[in-house]
Amino acid sequence: MLNTMAGKTQIKIKKKSEFMRTLKQMSYNKLAVFGAIVFAIELILVILAPLIAPYGYAEMDMAAAYQPPSWAHLCGTDDLGRDIFSRLLYGGRYSITMGIFSIGISVMLGIIIGSTAGYFGGKVDNIIMRFLDIIQSLPGMLLTIVISAVLGSGYINTILSLSVNGIPGQARMLRAQMMRVRGSEYIEAAESINCSKFRIIAKHLIPNSFSPLIVQATMGVANMIIMAAGLSFIGLGVQPPASEWGAMLSGSRQFIRSSPHMVFFPGLAIAITILALNLMGDGLRDALDPKLKR
Amino acid sequence: MSDEIKESMPFLEVKNLIVEYFTSEQTVHAVNGVSFKLEKGKTLGLVGETGAGKTSIAKAILRILPDVGARIAKGEVWLADENITRISEEEMRKIRGKKISMIFQDPMTALNPVQRVGDQIAEVVSLHNSGTKESFKKRAEEMLEMVGIQKERYGDYPHQFSGGMKQRVVIAIALACNPELLLADEPTTALDVTIQAQVLKLIDNLKEKLNTSMVLITHDMGVVATHCDDVAVVYAGNIVEYGSKEQVFDHPAHPYTIGLFGAIPNLGRDEEWLHPIEGLPPDPSDLPEGCSFHPRCNYTTEECKAGTIDMLATPDGHQCRCIHMDRVLKGEV
Amino acid sequence: MRPVIEVKNLKKYFPVANGVLHAVDDVSLSIGRGKTLGVVGESGCGKSTLGRTIIHLQEHTSGEIFLHGDDISNLKGKELRKVREKMQIIFQDPYSSIDPRKTVDATIREPLQVSKRYKRNEIDDVTTELMELVGIDNRLRMSYPHELDGGRRQRVGIARALALNPDFVVCDEPVSALDVSIQAQVLNLLKKLQQQRGLTYMFVTHNLSVVKHISDDICVMYLGQVVELCPSKELFKNPLHPYTKALLSAIPSIDIHNPNKPEILKGELTSPINPKPGCRFASRCNFATEACKQPQKLQEISSGHFAACCRVREIQ
Repeated sequence: MLNTMAGKTQIKIKKKSEFMRTLKQMSYNKLAVFGAIVFAIELILVILAPLIAPYGYAEMDMAAAYQPPSWAHLCGTDDLGRDIFSRLLYGGRYSITMGIFSIGISVMLGIIIGSTAGYFGGKVDNIIMRFLDIIQSLPGMLLTIVISAVLGSGYINTILSLSVNGIPGQARMLRAQMMRVRGSEYIEAAESINCSKFRIIAKHLIPNSFSPLIVQATMGVANMIIMAAGLSFIGLGVQPPASEWGAMLSGSRQFIRSSPHMVFFPGLAIAITILALNLMGDGLRDALDPKLKR
Repeated sequence: MSDEIKESMPFLEVKNLIVEYFTSEQTVHAVNGVSFKLEKGKTLGLVGETGAGKTSIAKAILRILPDVGARIAKGEVWLADENITRISEEEMRKIRGKKISMIFQDPMTALNPVQRVGDQIAEVVSLHNSGTKESFKKRAEEMLEMVGIQKERYGDYPHQFSGGMKQRVVIAIALACNPELLLADEPTTALDVTIQAQVLKLIDNLKEKLNTSMVLITHDMGVVATHCDDVAVVYAGNIVEYGSKEQVFDHPAHPYTIGLFGAIPNLGRDEEWLHPIEGLPPDPSDLPEGCSFHPRCNYTTEECKAGTIDMLATPDGHQCRCIHMDRVLKGEV
Repeated sequence: MRPVIEVKNLKKYFPVANGVLHAVDDVSLSIGRGKTLGVVGESGCGKSTLGRTIIHLQEHTSGEIFLHGDDISNLKGKELRKVREKMQIIFQDPYSSIDPRKTVDATIREPLQVSKRYKRNEIDDVTTELMELVGIDNRLRMSYPHELDGGRRQRVGIARALALNPDFVVCDEPVSALDVSIQAQVLNLLKKLQQQRGLTYMFVTHNLSVVKHISDDICVMYLGQVVELCPSKELFKNPLHPYTKALLSAIPSIDIHNPNKPEILKGELTSPINPKPGCRFASRCNFATEACKQPQKLQEISSGHFAACCRVREIQ
């Protein structure tokens, strides 16, 4: 047979790890690379905030309040005369990490809950889904406030309370995808070669169902940043004078007519982060799909 | 044009048809210069494997190729004395469903699931005929009875029918306006053999009654043998052998046709091993030079690998696209 | 010699919205070592379910299954996993039976990893051997399923099924999604593997010419029940059951000078949900009488030739 003959010439096949392959795949996608670079720059700026920031994040100068952008204050100053640029750098530390960690936790828990429901179906599914229904029937913000109030304010507690809110959406999405994938013959094939339930879920079902989750998660980061702002607005979440993008945005909305720069720059920072994450998310989803491989 | 010439003219003639599909990276050569003729009331079988371009030929005749990314690059389709590749889209719309209609492969997706089947038939009738609502409904009921479904089921929805019955409804829709030409694209592939026998018999009967010509697209040599008058074997977008059923089945001259016969388990013979055609059909975006079958052929010589291979006449008068026909017919490898 | 697989009174019922679907109803059969049993019937007759139930991919409702004479009907957990390695399946659709996100290598390797029978460094070699066995070029090792054609994908599926050296393989319509020229390649491969490894096949298909080519014995199913069971040649020479006769006559023959006269059946497959006790084919049968309303038993009409029809002797 044609192909067996060619098979005799033993070609050494290089086995690249899945991770390296994905990275390489992503590098073909120019937009994803752009997103990654933007995000990396942001991270560096935020990490090096104490070195770069011209002022302290809580340094007030009432004489210089409401100043528009200038060379002295790149992004202007706020109502208390604090340098917005410096506050953005410090605030990014909270906002970016809170957004990512809370989404990360909710995706992880969402995967565990959603895949349990999706694979086992039946009663297990019913119980889990009704429980999620209850969570989702509460207004998201209210739930977060309640949990945050119980846990108390602070960085870690805020992340936890935010992530609870994201779990049902992620779990639901994964479950729906898994229900679709579960009927495929290759799942049956995996059963026939004695794969354990855990292996089927981890190696076959999840890889084939989670790409929509990635996109939803990158979108979710923005939501989380805004929600975190809401929390700090009512005295939960990260406490002033520590700066945080969402809080800066909501705190300055009364000045939007007189000093629009106070709203503009925090908004821009959030928008850039989301855009970068979305581009990366899209690229990651495509890179994980072997059908789009070049 | 004098009546004399009209008389001898075939009812459908396809001349040098070329269909291409485009993507951003490549051009797919789906149909590469197909020509055939079909007389009134006759059936031509187009046989070939998946991706050979059979469906594209039918879609090109009916001009229902996708608007974006596909085009008829060259060629003419004559229906009676009209070149239907030249007429306007509006005129073409009058021909579709009325003069030419098509039966699609999958009856499960060809019907609208939220519309009553009777209404779906009546709709086609109303598009091409003038009359009252009642007359359309009456015609639809007639059609249902004609394909062996009680007219009481006019108001049923497609999910209430079985696969075979759905295909009957599809046939009823296709024949509702007494078309002169029927394009049947694998009409029975999705059906079981006993149902296939029912449906093919039905098509045969209706064809005879209405004197319809038919192009029957299939991959099943058995269906060709039992239901066609002429046969065209399609490989990589080209007809490689073309003649009457008797000519092609009794004296196949192209190595591919012979290969196809060898690959089918024969009910009349007992053999230990089948004779598959080695290799794979070519990628239509990257066809081999010369004869597109040469990489899989046992008779290949240098001459096969370059230039264009033309249709040649075989000793018994049918056509075959192979320069080594004499050797093939004698069976010398 | 003991049969490799023996099934007695196997039943598989599914509860559905409006009753109980009798997918497999009281089927008994056995297959000897190195033999192929063809199971034919139309869609919905329960032939795929029969295969899957035997290898425990679906739980049976009642009945007994024996592998090499051992009762494996009610095995669970560890013991079931052990037995399952001996029984594998090749699926119909090579486009959906392979994980689209796994390479050829990963797919063939998986059963080896799961079984823990091999050491890590041995797995590489065994995978290479398997690929050679089914004729997949080594350069395709890191390819993804969508990059392969149907025939090659089906070879990957075959390699996966044979990885653990099974004794019994259910071939569930393994060639019906393939073109004729490729179909012949795969059929030859299956036959070659059977000879090399002494495999026992249950070959489930609706394609009668394929089943005749590959089977030693054939079992014809209609709505969950076996209506005829006999050696392959005998079935085509001398079909007994009216349904088998209609089925055989309906195959379009490629012999143009000697065409079949298809016996057109009335109506279509009735529903296997809550069937009445009598012969299930009776409503479409041209020979049906009052007697057909009684339950039909599979009886030996001539040596080795079984049919489930009470009028079988009268209608010959």
